[in-house]
Amino acid sequence: MKKRNLGFTLLAAWLCAVQIAADDGVFDQYRDLMGDDNPAVFVIDEGEELWFSPQGPKSATLEACDLGLGPGETAGAYVRFPRYFADTDAVMDLEARLVHCMTTIQGRDLETVTAKPYSLRGDFGTEIEALVTWLAAESEGATIAPEQTHAAERAMYTLGEEIFFYRAGPHDFSCATCHEQSDMRIRLQALPDLTSHAGAAEAWGSWPAYRISQGLVRTMGWRLRDCFRQQRWPELQMGSEASIALQTYMAVNAAGGIMTGPGLKR
Amino acid sequence: MKRLTAGITIALSASVATWTAASDDIEAVLQNSFIAKNQATMDRLERDAVQTVCSAPRGMPLDNDTLTTLREQRLNAVALPANGHYLGDWQRGAEVAGSGRGLQSNDDPTQPNGGNCYACHQLAPDEVAYGTLGPSLMGYGARGQSEAMLQYTWTKLWDTHAYNLCSHMPRFGAQGILTEQQLKDVMAYLLDPASPVNQPAE
Repeated sequence: MKKRNLGFTLLAAWLCAVQIAADDGVFDQYRDLMGDDNPAVFVIDEGEELWFSPQGPKSATLEACDLGLGPGETAGAYVRFPRYFADTDAVMDLEARLVHCMTTIQGRDLETVTAKPYSLRGDFGTEIEALVTWLAAESEGATIAPEQTHAAERAMYTLGEEIFFYRAGPHDFSCATCHEQSDMRIRLQALPDLTSHAGAAEAWGSWPAYRISQGLVRTMGWRLRDCFRQQRWPELQMGSEASIALQTYMAVNAAGGIMTGPGLKR
Repeated sequence: MKRLTAGITIALSASVATWTAASDDIEAVLQNSFIAKNQATMDRLERDAVQTVCSAPRGMPLDNDTLTTLREQRLNAVALPANGHYLGDWQRGAEVAGSGRGLQSNDDPTQPNGGNCYACHQLAPDEVAYGTLGPSLMGYGARGQSEAMLQYTWTKLWDTHAYNLCSHMPRFGAQGILTEQQLKDVMAYLLDPASPVNQPAE
């Protein structure tokens, strides 16, 4: 609790200080100031609790869930996603895999568990967000190493690259519009070059992240959905092929980088 | 005109085939991965000729004749102001340049769209929150107000691909993002000697 109060006091002070000069340097300063204090710790705890809580008609925990390293193996699982699973014969991201485990192991209804994967402003975080945050923390410091051995995983990368450059909508925006050049920014927001290893590693490794401006932890799935909102496209669905393909493109470009998340962002 | 269009279609298909072979069904993937939300409808995922050609990953070779033909087609389609007057009100133009709202699924479609020029361009020297994806336009009015300059600037705003095919910039006129009056106001914001864009930096 003490930790939380300190964090929020610093946050309030910082928010006053950055009204005008909200550039990346200031965010870096804020992160330094916070040190290891990231409000995401509460979400991490919540995610761990949820993993071990019996839920659904089968009153089962998620301990039998195989995230690719064997049932219940959570340490280091995050950094191997997206990956191919033989039991579903599909390349899955972590969010899609969690949904699979909730419906099969816990016997929960697919529509119910996917109805609202990402919280809205002012909400408490969702179950998916909490689980992803905890599992990311279970890979903190690990090397990003998505699987690319199965043909379906390699095809997913190629598809992701193609979607990354796909221009559409009234503004002709693609992911590449903002994310294929280095050292660029929108207004004051720095943009990672996701076609480069350095940019992809920084971006992929720092999500999920506690978004200070929203008071919520956000996952990479949410990040992509919100990018497409800004691209003026329709809404990207969690666990969809396009979402998994783009995450594969990013994760593979990031391979060899270090998982630093759950991070702390503007 | 009809024959010209047919020629472009054939040329585009040929050039596109050099790099999209990996997944023929990308449109189907997108149709299954997105859902319509408010004004962001699914037809927005369908690409026109410019979008299709400009979806080639950087460095992918594209046929030069195709590009030239398409660029000329865009240039010929530019609609200059109906009454011949290019310059509106720079103060209203400043609002358009600063506003990023419009056409997103969560935007109110009854409100006017913004141009969001500051997302990518430096303009007035006293606005520090500018992006860098596009070139700085600070002091743009120093280029003067000759007919050629007015027409060039208008065309650039209307459809950037008329000059620079596959530029990242949106087609503010051709895609109906801004109205003719809003474009005139942005023109004034860029070119009027009284506009903040054309004041010396302090």
